[in-house]
Amino acid sequence: MDEELYRQNILEHYKEPHNKRIILDATMEGKGKNANCGDLITFYLKVDGDVVTDVSFVGVGCAVSQAAASMLTDKVKGKTINELKAIAPGDVYNMLGVQISPGRVDCALLGYKAMSQALLGSQAANL
Amino acid sequence: MFDVKKIKKDFPIFENYKRETGRDLVFLDSAASSQTPKVVVDAMDDYYFKYRSNIHRSAYNIGEQATNSYEDARKTAAEFINADTNEIIFTNGATDSSNMLIYALEKKIEWKEGDEVVTTILEHHSNLLPLQEMAKRNGVKFRHFEMAPDFNIDYGNLDGLINEKTRIVSMTLASNVTGAITDVKRVSEAAHKRGAIVIVDATKAAGHMLVDVKSLDCDFLFFSGHKICGPTGIGILYGKYDILNKMPTSSFGGGTVEDVTMEEAKYSDAPFRFEAGTPNIAGVIGLGAAIKYLEAVGVENARKHTQDLVAYAIKKLSTISGVKIICERDHLKNIGIVSFVVDGVHPHDVGEILNRHHVAVRGGHHCAIPLMKALGVSAISRASFYIYNEESDIDALAEGIEEAIKIFS
Repeated sequence: MDEELYRQNILEHYKEPHNKRIILDATMEGKGKNANCGDLITFYLKVDGDVVTDVSFVGVGCAVSQAAASMLTDKVKGKTINELKAIAPGDVYNMLGVQISPGRVDCALLGYKAMSQALLGSQAANL
Repeated sequence: MFDVKKIKKDFPIFENYKRETGRDLVFLDSAASSQTPKVVVDAMDDYYFKYRSNIHRSAYNIGEQATNSYEDARKTAAEFINADTNEIIFTNGATDSSNMLIYALEKKIEWKEGDEVVTTILEHHSNLLPLQEMAKRNGVKFRHFEMAPDFNIDYGNLDGLINEKTRIVSMTLASNVTGAITDVKRVSEAAHKRGAIVIVDATKAAGHMLVDVKSLDCDFLFFSGHKICGPTGIGILYGKYDILNKMPTSSFGGGTVEDVTMEEAKYSDAPFRFEAGTPNIAGVIGLGAAIKYLEAVGVENARKHTQDLVAYAIKKLSTISGVKIICERDHLKNIGIVSFVVDGVHPHDVGEILNRHHVAVRGGHHCAIPLMKALGVSAISRASFYIYNEESDIDALAEGIEEAIKIFS
């Protein structure tokens, strides 16, 4: 069978997600929930000055949501907050490297939603 | 004899799907919404193309024909659940029925401090949330039956839960997740002894088993048309006439009154008081046609058929290692649902891979989040069966699940 969605890299991230743990002294924390299935991801960022020194996520979800969150943690480590804010949904699709059907958009962006929530929280704190 | 191949031909979607895709549609999601037989759409077409007009007001022939068809459907629906014709209110669906009913009861009941309402952990949000919100608004204690190991409700605490303070008991007749058929009679007997009102959500059960409001001894019952081969956007609210006719309505407008002055209105008797505005006439006529279709097939035949499919599915899925079946395992007590989880494969992924086999199942929380929490899962896969399903559908399901396990191993 022509395997598009469940490519090896997605399955690898799903089975052995990167940075899947809680950061107890996180600077920022955000949640993303998929109302459709009840899946929930919490995203943690630890920031030194303006730079992300540590990042992680926890939660349950499908292969797409878990792999996307895992890839996202790899991408943002070492970046500045402004660089994180510049990340767009399209970047997440590119990381996954597969066609995301409309029905799976919420899955693909669950970690991204949680990260955006964390960043919003930080903005509020700065006000 | 129950001839699935023949029944399948009544539902054009199967032939159309095959023509479009070259594959058979394996539709195992009737618990979400059933398919539509051609006779239902034909009946609605007839209304739209042969005698379309408003009801209850027109002196001309087609207007009368529309009124007659509409009221015939009410009679058909009443007979379907062994009720009287004037005990049937047409609504937009089960959710609308539930909200309308709870609003009316909230106004009707004189709430006292310490009053309680009781429901069950199995409920769909459409039955749960209107009651939960009403209880919060009135400071009423909200209690529920927990789940038993067989995925039915635990009746052990029946007398503790239902007592002199209980005003409403609202429960599903069958779970849309575990397929368990509840013992409404047992609960309604206890509730009526204490003077409580009994509401039954028959959305999953109607059209899948005989539903008799008198033998269930319920005060209210509701269901949707779209799960019993009818159109979407139409449903039924049944109420015992004595209570129904004393209840206030929540929606006001044309067709609901006997007299109006600029100061006040005198409202008509039930059911007309509850059907404000021009209703979903085609939907009602379609629902009537759906019920007639199901009666021709035979609800008891449908029941036996889905029982057999449940037994076959449980047997088949039990042979796949890594699949955990979460449903009422006694097919005689199961409404036609086999839910399951696959080790290491999320229900979304199960659904996606099954879709490649042209197998349609639902994966998610099934609008029963408290039940998901009780089951200790965030989501679950559900295969549900109806009159057009056959054993080969379950074989296709099993094949797809095995494929999912292979991809994720």
